[in-house]
Amino acid sequence: MAVCIAVIAKENCPLYIRSVPTQGELKFHYTVHTSLDVVEEKISGVGKALADQRELYLGLLYPTEDYKVYGYVTNSKVKFVIVVDSSNTSLRDNEIRSMFRKLHNSFTDVMCNPFYNPGDPIQSKAFDSIVSTMMVQAC
Amino acid sequence: MAAVQAGLPVRLESIAGELPLPVFVGITNELEMRYPNQPLTNESQSHILGSVAGSAPRPPADRPVLRHPDTSMDKLEAWSPPQSPGISPPRSPSAYRSYPYGAQRNGTDTLLVHDAKVPGRPSVPQENSSPSHYSVKLQPEQPVITRVASVERLVERLEVDYSDDPWRITEEQREYYTNQFRSLQPDLSALIMGTVAKNFFTKSKLPIPELSHIWELSDVDKDGALTFPEFCTAFHLIVARKNGYPLPETLPATLRPGFVEAGVVTAPPSEATLPLIVFDENMMPGANQLKMGSVDLQGTSRPGVTAKQEARDESRKPEFSPKRIPEPHEKTIQHVSTLKPDSPQELDANMKSRTRPRSYSSTSIDDAMKKVEEPPTPPPRPQKTHSRASSLDLNKLFQQSGQGAKSGWLPPPPALPPRPPATQIFSFLPGSEKSSQKAVQQPNFADFSKFREEQESSLRGLSTEDLTPPKSESTVVHQGHAPQKPVRRKLHPESQSATPPSATPYSAATLTKSTQRPPPKQKREIQMAIRKNRETNAVLTRLNSELQQQLKVVHRERVTLESQLELPRPVTST
Repeated sequence: MAVCIAVIAKENCPLYIRSVPTQGELKFHYTVHTSLDVVEEKISGVGKALADQRELYLGLLYPTEDYKVYGYVTNSKVKFVIVVDSSNTSLRDNEIRSMFRKLHNSFTDVMCNPFYNPGDPIQSKAFDSIVSTMMVQAC
Repeated sequence: MAAVQAGLPVRLESIAGELPLPVFVGITNELEMRYPNQPLTNESQSHILGSVAGSAPRPPADRPVLRHPDTSMDKLEAWSPPQSPGISPPRSPSAYRSYPYGAQRNGTDTLLVHDAKVPGRPSVPQENSSPSHYSVKLQPEQPVITRVASVERLVERLEVDYSDDPWRITEEQREYYTNQFRSLQPDLSALIMGTVAKNFFTKSKLPIPELSHIWELSDVDKDGALTFPEFCTAFHLIVARKNGYPLPETLPATLRPGFVEAGVVTAPPSEATLPLIVFDENMMPGANQLKMGSVDLQGTSRPGVTAKQEARDESRKPEFSPKRIPEPHEKTIQHVSTLKPDSPQELDANMKSRTRPRSYSSTSIDDAMKKVEEPPTPPPRPQKTHSRASSLDLNKLFQQSGQGAKSGWLPPPPALPPRPPATQIFSFLPGSEKSSQKAVQQPNFADFSKFREEQESSLRGLSTEDLTPPKSESTVVHQGHAPQKPVRRKLHPESQSATPPSATPYSAATLTKSTQRPPPKQKREIQMAIRKNRETNAVLTRLNSELQQQLKVVHRERVTLESQLELPRPVTST
């Protein structure tokens, strides 16, 4: 169960960010913002040799005391970031991957909507519901 | 039955303490008596049931409400097995229970309308209690009562007007939508592209977020394009919104593309791609409905589709009654087994997976390129099931369509073995003119061979020689020209340009072959034929060179695009 989920566009502007409201969202926004550096580092590192084999799932970007940050980037440089509570040790890699897959699928659905202009904040209710299912059910 | 019914109130009243359900089930005057009391008790019950209801994927809130009364009413179902299994009693009270939902959901005016209708309804069904009738009449009645409760489920009796339910498309509306669809896309079974639809719907002056939401609701297969049912749904939602109805959160079942179905859930049989539609378009216009249904991909089997078509055709006549009967069936199936709510999910998933590449195959190269360029890559979903399934289905499809086409037209003449492959290649192309051209060509070839035979016989000294060869040559020329014109039109979708040259050389080759057959007999006719063929050859070679140039251009563009894609980061494949 994620504590915060964010979708960042290719130009590193946020398309969607949502967090569990209990803990001060500003902190999560900052975390996501700093995680972008790690994402960039990861996707730039692989680039030259393994052009075809960069994986979309980036894995654990960095852990802190309180939480862990996972990243996922699509082929069009749209980044998904999930912040997970560190105390939640039961979450396995596969689960994170499946969360990212669901996010990616629903993001694709949003893109298919011709009324959605890429670069706009995502306001789709379907996307919201998918994200809600993945967020910590604390509130 | 009377005994059972008499027994029912007895048993019900024994349970009456627990739930208000039995009260409703009386369906007779009890109902009317207690109905005024219902809304009060229903509120509390609705909360309970609401929490119990859990998640029903697609259907709105009243459906889970309906289903859980099913489980809770197991005791009552001892009597209900003779009838449709336990649907009727639970459904009706739960319908009442879901009344508050309906009230919350929509305006109170509609609620009042239903209010008036309810007392009238329950009195009717009691007579139709024989099991044989039950499935037919009670099911219309059941949905009646449920729909009374939920505005979205207004089941019309024979005499009821359909306008009460804002989420049901009436006949006139459907015709209007059909005309609008035709204005955007003449082929009723094809897709309307997202941008086209966007421009069209933007004219409705609804705010963009609402249009976006409507699109999300109506594009069930999530392919960025609208089939005809999806278009009807979207249009209907827009109309409803303009008339003041708030947009639903999920798509009402009456608006779902496959809702006319008789609840036949079989594995989606065929990839309803355009080639099949193209061929069948040459058949009756009724076939369009058929194809529409198959395009629909709501898991309609062929018989199911024909049933649907018949249902639609019948519904073109006065009443929706045939439609209603399949749809109450669908409703009962939904209520009886919890499978059905899953199957729409599966169907949706299937549709989703199947229709994603369908959009690829159906669009021109421009749209395909556009899809590639769009930031969200066409990632796992099309590859998940579809690449394999599509190939299988397409093959099956082509065989079917090929056979259908062949049987529909003259049997391919023996002189034209290369023609069928060309036909299949052509069927990849969305252009219906291609297929019509094929149709033209095939009879022509048949005629041509006939002419050739005539010519051979005539060459044995008949006076009609002069007539038949010119005729044959005219057909040759005609064929030579016919391929050209659609080919010229097809210059824009450049990928398709490769195939016409391949097809037309076939025609040229066969023509030349057959012209060389009776060489020595009449030099004049042969020379004329040769001259005509040379002309056609020249034209075709010129065309070929033009197309080759265009092909080069396209290649260049493709290379530049690929390099652009490569520039930021190398593209990886998952």
